[in-house]
Amino acid sequence: MKEFLLLFRRDFINKEVQPDNKEYVAHLDRWHEWFESLAAQDRLATPPQHWDMKGKVVKANKSVTNGPYVEIKESIGGMIIIKANSYEEAAEIAQGCPILEFGGNVEIRKATPANGE
Amino acid sequence: MEERALLPRLFRTEYQKIVSVLCSLFGIKHIEIAEDIVSDTFLSAAEHWNTKGVPENPTAWLYTVAKNKTKNYLKHNNIFEQKLMPDLKAGADQSEEIELDLSTKNIADSQLAMIFTICNPVISGDAQIALALNLLCGFGVQEIADAFLTNKDVIYKRINRAKEKLKEANIRIEQPSLSEIDQRLETVLTTLYLLFSEGYYSTSQDTMLRKDLCAEAMRLSYLLVENPATNKPAVNALLALMCFHSSRFDARLNEKGEAILYEDQDESLWDKELIATGEYFLNQAASGNTLTKYHLEAGIAYWHTQKADTPQKWESILDLYNSLLILEYSPIAALNRTYALAKARGKQAAIAEAEKLDLTDNQFYYSLLGTLYTDIDNSIALAHFKKALSLATSPVDKATITANIDRLSNHG
Repeated sequence: MKEFLLLFRRDFINKEVQPDNKEYVAHLDRWHEWFESLAAQDRLATPPQHWDMKGKVVKANKSVTNGPYVEIKESIGGMIIIKANSYEEAAEIAQGCPILEFGGNVEIRKATPANGE
Repeated sequence: MEERALLPRLFRTEYQKIVSVLCSLFGIKHIEIAEDIVSDTFLSAAEHWNTKGVPENPTAWLYTVAKNKTKNYLKHNNIFEQKLMPDLKAGADQSEEIELDLSTKNIADSQLAMIFTICNPVISGDAQIALALNLLCGFGVQEIADAFLTNKDVIYKRINRAKEKLKEANIRIEQPSLSEIDQRLETVLTTLYLLFSEGYYSTSQDTMLRKDLCAEAMRLSYLLVENPATNKPAVNALLALMCFHSSRFDARLNEKGEAILYEDQDESLWDKELIATGEYFLNQAASGNTLTKYHLEAGIAYWHTQKADTPQKWESILDLYNSLLILEYSPIAALNRTYALAKARGKQAAIAEAEKLDLTDNQFYYSLLGTLYTDIDNSIALAHFKKALSLATSPVDKATITANIDRLSNHG
């Protein structure tokens, strides 16, 4: 088994694509169910963490701005590290991720040893 | 009859106490000398009590004789003296006479120190359990061999190798400092948990022996709870877990020693007193801010002491298994979580989750699928039970699966 980083992104700003309250509660339930299901399949390399929605962004001129990130269309919703045998398997797992429900996406990266592979 | 049973009983309770005190005094290097002195004490007891009758206070008699034998050993054994004296604990001046302190407090302190010595990661888990049974619980090599379903030679070698390793590593017999207790305690709890499981889940047919193992694991856990330094939430949680499980000990086997499934158990055979004791320790465990796997497992075991199938029961068990799996994955927890999911959310939801587990070398995986498919698609259920039967090895498991196959075939 190799480790893969799954990075969740979506547009949290544009009002037209945001879930309403009821949808949001159901959406959170599905996140929980997804994590629990991955835990039961022994797919979690590290325990999932919760991330706040405040955030800061540091730009090239070293200026620091607080979120929300008007200039960044999609921001990070969270990340996990999973265990999978291949990119294909990792992608299959990512297809079940609730971030996709509201136009989000998942970026996948495989962990490699320090000496490269 | 009473008198003949007395000595073995005292051997079980007192042997380990005196050995612990002597080991604490002498150090791990001289563990055999400690064992010799105590064995010799019991030999004297057997001879004297046989001819002159049992003394009024047999325990006090044993302690006095052990003290004298220790003194004599120190006095008459020159080589021994040269070897041992440098190792004796500080405060014991060479010229001073060694007095063996067999007070209740020193016994408890010595036993606690011995628990930490034996539950040391330098020796393997199996060896820790064997050594704990031998030195902390007064079990003979034959009894330990019976518990592990192996022969005396294997256990004898395992115990001696473990002792050698402790000596080589020069492990000090002492209670850990307050700052390292949490870390050291983790290993101790793992060993006590394994010791209990050995008794509870062993396939040995000897029910008395298995109960003894569980009782000893509980006694040692209680020793930790009684000492303020080791009375930690995790220890209380482990003790609660053991109480809840033990409460069903008599209900889960029939007269032939066959397993009775949880759902078919006679609730009136559950030990209410042990359940209440478990609840007490579970409440004691609910302090501090670390949630250990013992807390979660004790919570799951608590809900199993409530026989009625309420939605709250299965939602709670499901939540606890989810947390447990995130803390520490195990195939059996994943399977049990899926069963709880079926109880809480229905079989269809559970089947979808079960098929993702893909534990294709695990008989319990197929038994679970068989159970989930029963009444949904009995031919698929039957195929799963047959697969489970082909993987099962123990007679108890085979009988349980065969009963399921028969039930489905008759209805089919």
